[in-house]
This record gives sequence, structure tokens and C-alpha cells, in this order.
Amino acid sequence: MLDFHGYGPELLRGAIVTTELAFAALALALAIGLLGASAKLSGSRSARGVATFYTTVIRGIPDLVMMMLFYYGGQVLMNQLSDYLYYNHGIDFFVQFDPFMSGVLTIGLIFGAYMTETFRGAFLAVPTGQIEAGRAYGMNRLQVFCRIMFPQMLRHALPGIGNNWQVLLKTTALVSVIGLSDMVRIAEQASKAEHAPFKFFIPVAVMYLSLTAITELAIKWLNRRANAGVVGGI
Amino acid sequence: MPEFLSELLNQNEIFTATTVMHYWGGLTTTVQLVFLSLVIGLLMAVPLAILRTVRNPFVSGPVWLYTYLFRGTPLLIQLYIIYYGIGQIEGIQETFWWDIFRDPFYPALLAFTLNTAAYTTEIIRGALMATPPGEVEAAKAYGMSWALRMRRIILPSAFRRAIQAYSNEVIFMLHASAIASVVTIVDLTGAARDIYSRFYAPFTAFIAVALIYMALTFLIVYAFRRLERHLLKHQSPLNQ
Repeated sequence: MLDFHGYGPELLRGAIVTTELAFAALALALAIGLLGASAKLSGSRSARGVATFYTTVIRGIPDLVMMMLFYYGGQVLMNQLSDYLYYNHGIDFFVQFDPFMSGVLTIGLIFGAYMTETFRGAFLAVPTGQIEAGRAYGMNRLQVFCRIMFPQMLRHALPGIGNNWQVLLKTTALVSVIGLSDMVRIAEQASKAEHAPFKFFIPVAVMYLSLTAITELAIKWLNRRANAGVVGGI
Repeated sequence: MPEFLSELLNQNEIFTATTVMHYWGGLTTTVQLVFLSLVIGLLMAVPLAILRTVRNPFVSGPVWLYTYLFRGTPLLIQLYIIYYGIGQIEGIQETFWWDIFRDPFYPALLAFTLNTAAYTTEIIRGALMATPPGEVEAAKAYGMSWALRMRRIILPSAFRRAIQAYSNEVIFMLHASAIASVVTIVDLTGAARDIYSRFYAPFTAFIAVALIYMALTFLIVYAFRRLERHLLKHQSPLNQ
């Protein structure tokens, strides 16, 4: 029944590329999210301003447009920088802007904005009494963050992170448009060559469904762990 | 176009009258595509959401499956399946449907509509489920029939609760419509891609289009805020 006309191994490789892309983008988004949330909650007015500008701009631009801007524009900038360095300082430095990198960068930046909002809400949900208690015990700010803020914040942030992750995973399909050989692009090429769109796109759709289903279970498990110390009402 | 405007544009290398008109054409395509899919999607979502709340699993089950499939897979895959798949349906090339679906606009419209209808169904379902039981009981006590209750009490109350989430869906749809350019539609993003490849000026082409999208987004946010203030007036504080 399942006949991939010899495209099977390539589709599987594409699925691995998709997963790698998704996890790399998630890592970047979580890092940016933590940074952004700290900036939004910090006392510095300029840090708050920059973070607010960032989240507002990101939410106004379609992901595909940003991805193209990074992919096509990033290469132009890189070429200019490389030329400048070579002619003025004699340094030979060049990085090829490949679709994978542009994809990770764009998706990480977009979801970093959503994660910023998630983490901000989660940090605010930690009672200030807890932080004061930590300070009263003589912990420094880093210790308060690592021992008190972060573990308690995580409990409130996990549902939001889970939702963002589900959207992020589906957004990875867009990177096929700028030429990354993920499973969407391979399915598109295969279906064009074999004139059998259903045969290739439906397995890819099922793959996305199972990826979301598996990670949903993982998030549930993490949620249970993070909430282990909470006395439930129901 | 006014004289001074075309004169101004003639001095610019990239934003000439031709490219501005190209962007304008893209803008109208994007707005048409998004507006039509949102309107049809909303009209589909209301009955589907009501069916989704029915207790009988043979009624709510298929609707659940539909929303699960369309919310669990990327819109790009849905677009590809419809765009490439429609030509594969046996005999369609002899019917009048082929004249319609040969134009990429309509497969894209179909994919966007089905996608937004799935999301909107879940939004409205959530709002329906959150109806305070007292409202329903009061309506029943007044002797209202099911249809009257739905029309006068449950749906208006649910729409008020759903509007916030729905405004996010509208913005999401505007941004998602950028992928229409992948199936050769010249929407805003498609226009930007054309201009990028003609002048090899990625920043000018894509930043200009990003600014247009941003303006559209803020326009939607503003309109929904006005609408929300109007619909939720009864909840606002008295002295304001």
C-alpha cells in the first residue's frame, strides 16, 4: 500500500531535518524568551523599550516574509561584511547563509517573542514573598533566580511553552520554501516527479500529526513533574 | 496617479510607478484572499461549533476529527494537497470546476477557508462551553425554544467571549496568507519576491512589504479593540 517510488529513505532524512530544525529553533526561542522576559521585567527603561519594540515588530510581520528577508538579505549583508573585512583588514572571513541557518534564526526570533510573553507572565506569577524569603536567607540574586524563581516559574510557563511548540513545529514547514530539503520539500519534489500528490503529502501530514502527538505527551509528563509539589484542589 | 507622485517616483530607482502598482496589486490580492476566507470560514465555524458541543459522539466526533486534522498539520501542506491534488481528481478537467480551480487563487482560498474554519470552530466552541448555566436556565424559564435560546442568549454571549481569541486568528490568517505566493499567486509577498528578483535588493523589497503587513496588522488590532469596547460596554466601569 505504501509505495514511495524509492523516495522513502529521502523522506525519512527530511523528517530528521525537520526535527533538528524544530529543536534548534526551540532552543534559540527559549534563550531569547528568557532574555526578553528579563528585559521586560527589568528596572532599566531602555531594556524594556527594546524588548517591547522587538515583540511588537515580530508580531506584525509574517514569518515567511521575515524568513526571506533573512535568507536573501543575510547573504547580501554577509558578502558586504566579508568584502569590507578583506579589503580593509586583510581578514578572510565568510559564512554561507544556508536555508537551515536562516530557518533556525527566523523561527527562533519569532517564537522568542512569543516565549518572552509566556515567561513574563510566568515570572509575574511567582509570589514576591518567595523572592523576599530567599533574599532574607542571604541568597544572592543569581541564587534566588536559580533556586526559587526559575523552578517555580517553569510550572506556570510550561503550558504556554507547549502551545508555542505546537505552532513552531508547524512553522518549520515554511523553510522548505527557501530551499531546505526538509520532508515538505522532498514530498513536493517527489509528488511533482511522480504526479502523485496525495501519496507523498498525506504521509508528511501524518508525520506532523504524530510529532505533535508525541511531544504533547512529553509536555504532559513534564507538566506533571513540574507540578509535583502542588497540592491540587481537585 | 497624481502628477507630483509619479514625478517623485520617477526619481527613485526601485520604487517606480510600476513597482508601486505591483505592490498595490499584491495588496488587493492579499486583502481579498484573507477577507473572503475569513468570512466564509466564520460562516462555516458557527454551525460546526454548535455541532461540536452536541453530546452524541456521532455528531461531534467528525467535527472534532476535522478540527484536529486541520489544526495539527501545517497550512502549507494543506495548500499543497489542495493545489496539486485537485488536478488529480478523475474527470475534473472536463467539468466547469476546472475553469475555476485552474486559477491558483481558488485552491488557496479553499485551503485558507478550511484552515481558518477549523481554528474558529474551536474558538467558538470554547466560548459556547463557557456560557454561564444561569443564562441558559433563565432562558428556559422564559419558555424559549432551543433555536430561540441559541439565537438570543447563547450565541451573542459566546461571540462576546470569543472576540479576543478571534482577533488573534484574523492576524494569524493575514500572516499565513503570505504562503499564497508559493503557489504562484502574486499577493503582497509574491510582489516582494518579484521586485527582489528584478532588482536584487532584498532589504528594500522585503522591508517595504513587512511595513505594509505591519500596518495592516495594527489596523486589525485597532478595529477589534473598537469592536470589543462596543460589545463589552456593559462590563466597563461606570465612571470612565
